[in-house]
Amino acid sequence: MREYVYDSVYLRRKDFEEGNVLFETWDPNACYAWDTGVAIGRYLQGLKAGKLIGRSCPECRRVMIPPRLFCEQCFCATDRWVDLQDTGTVVTFSLCYVTWDMIRLEEPQLPAVIEIDGASPGMGIMHMLGEVDPQAIKIGMRVQAVWKPAEERIGAITDIAYFKPTSASSVEPLE
Amino acid sequence: MNGNRVAIVGAGMTKFVRRAQETAKELAWEAAHLALESCEMTLDDVDAVVIGTAPDAFDAVHMKSEYLSDGCGAWGKPYMRGYVGGGTGVFAPIQGWYHVASGLFDTVLVVCEEKMSSCQPHPQGAFLTIFDHTTERPLWPNLLWIFALEMNAYMSRYGLDKRDIATVAVKNKRNAADHPAALLGDPNITVEDILNTEVMAWPVQRGDVSPITDGAVALVMCANHVARRVTDKPVWIEGVGWSIDTAYWANRDLSYPTYVEEAARMAYEMAGITEPRKQIHIAEPYDPFDYKELHHLEGLMLFDKGKAPEAAAAGVTQRDGDLPVCPSGGLLGVGNPIAAAGLMKVAEIFWQLRGEADARQVPGNPKRGLAQAWGDLMQVGTVVVMGV
Repeated sequence: MREYVYDSVYLRRKDFEEGNVLFETWDPNACYAWDTGVAIGRYLQGLKAGKLIGRSCPECRRVMIPPRLFCEQCFCATDRWVDLQDTGTVVTFSLCYVTWDMIRLEEPQLPAVIEIDGASPGMGIMHMLGEVDPQAIKIGMRVQAVWKPAEERIGAITDIAYFKPTSASSVEPLE
Repeated sequence: MNGNRVAIVGAGMTKFVRRAQETAKELAWEAAHLALESCEMTLDDVDAVVIGTAPDAFDAVHMKSEYLSDGCGAWGKPYMRGYVGGGTGVFAPIQGWYHVASGLFDTVLVVCEEKMSSCQPHPQGAFLTIFDHTTERPLWPNLLWIFALEMNAYMSRYGLDKRDIATVAVKNKRNAADHPAALLGDPNITVEDILNTEVMAWPVQRGDVSPITDGAVALVMCANHVARRVTDKPVWIEGVGWSIDTAYWANRDLSYPTYVEEAARMAYEMAGITEPRKQIHIAEPYDPFDYKELHHLEGLMLFDKGKAPEAAAAGVTQRDGDLPVCPSGGLLGVGNPIAAAGLMKVAEIFWQLRGEADARQVPGNPKRGLAQAWGDLMQVGTVVVMGV
């Protein structure tokens, strides 16, 4: 098969830095205003009020977070808002040492998937962990939301600053 | 088998590099004309063109496959783009298959191209918009997060060791040393080398991840009567399958790729495969991260859940093992130009089943192989089963 491989010309960073090759740059100015929609609008309203809200499906009875107006499995309209707790369990987590645009970090970001109490099993959301030694984080750790002060909340997922462990000893194995 | 019988009769590709001087169109042309040359066909023989290329954001060219189309030989022909993120490279030949299986066309040229290097300062930035704009993006998520979260869920569910997972990266980078298009082939790399690389997003280290890559791959697919005229070594498409899971990814079981199992079941049923572990002789599962190869082998039902790492550590998936996996060197070794990487896997099975894989040739005259890719928001599986 060797004869059917074309040898592409490999460029190196210094080829650009030293101006050995011609290139073109562009800085896009990308501005968007997204509608929250009905279900997420209500979810954000809940966050502003300091609580997590789910939505339940009349057919499969799942209580879902984030809330949605339809159940993607039963493909029917959901019919009930459900107040959930602001506590949950760490389903999985990472210690991330680079930003989204690949800048190196000294202290890791602590993203996690957190299964929220009051929602159906497996219903997690992505958020951050805080007030915890990164090396002490365990899957199954019980956590609770740390809310920003009411006057600083704007109706956004970031109204929860992060989730912190409820107590050091409360690690439960998941099913 | 549904529809008319369809064969792959030719393949060509560019070398995979970190940054190519060639434009996306030039790369596509190089791969496309080599694929035609490999089966002594010309563009006049081609009835339709299928293009696979992943996020427009990499190139900042809206509808970039239309932009690419001239390099893909689509001028004046029926053309379509298939796009399911990272799953695209195996989705494009599925579309090539139904173009021909339906009887609509006799010969289709399938071209997959990706140029990730244009996006500055790093193409990872282009992935920010994969996340939900209201409930996730305000947290400034990073594409590595979802792999790290999935890898951690997988490791903790089955009590896996990073060492077992690192054997995948070692195998693939060593295999890639024999691939003439490879970016990261290394015949001497060891598990220690992988375990000593910098931590990106624990448990993901740099050695666990495939590189940013530019490259293109093309295939010629045709109907039975054309294939018989063109070659005495057609490689038949025996089964195809694809499936998508919910975009509420944090609501899923991250330790098992159900969507890959669904895609595999569809492809196996079409191919008449009842015992995949006996009937599949070579596998090219998608390996953008080392744990993903294992995850996907389990989703493909080639190993029990949580058991693929043990098999990998025992050498079962080596090129001379019972089930050679990624004999090409995979994305970890050959490189990961997203859509082109998936089609490279299909091309590898094509060369392997024809006995044309040179130093990479799997022993024992393999008769059936599969290629699989995965993508979108970790939610789509695409599978092609091929045989001779």
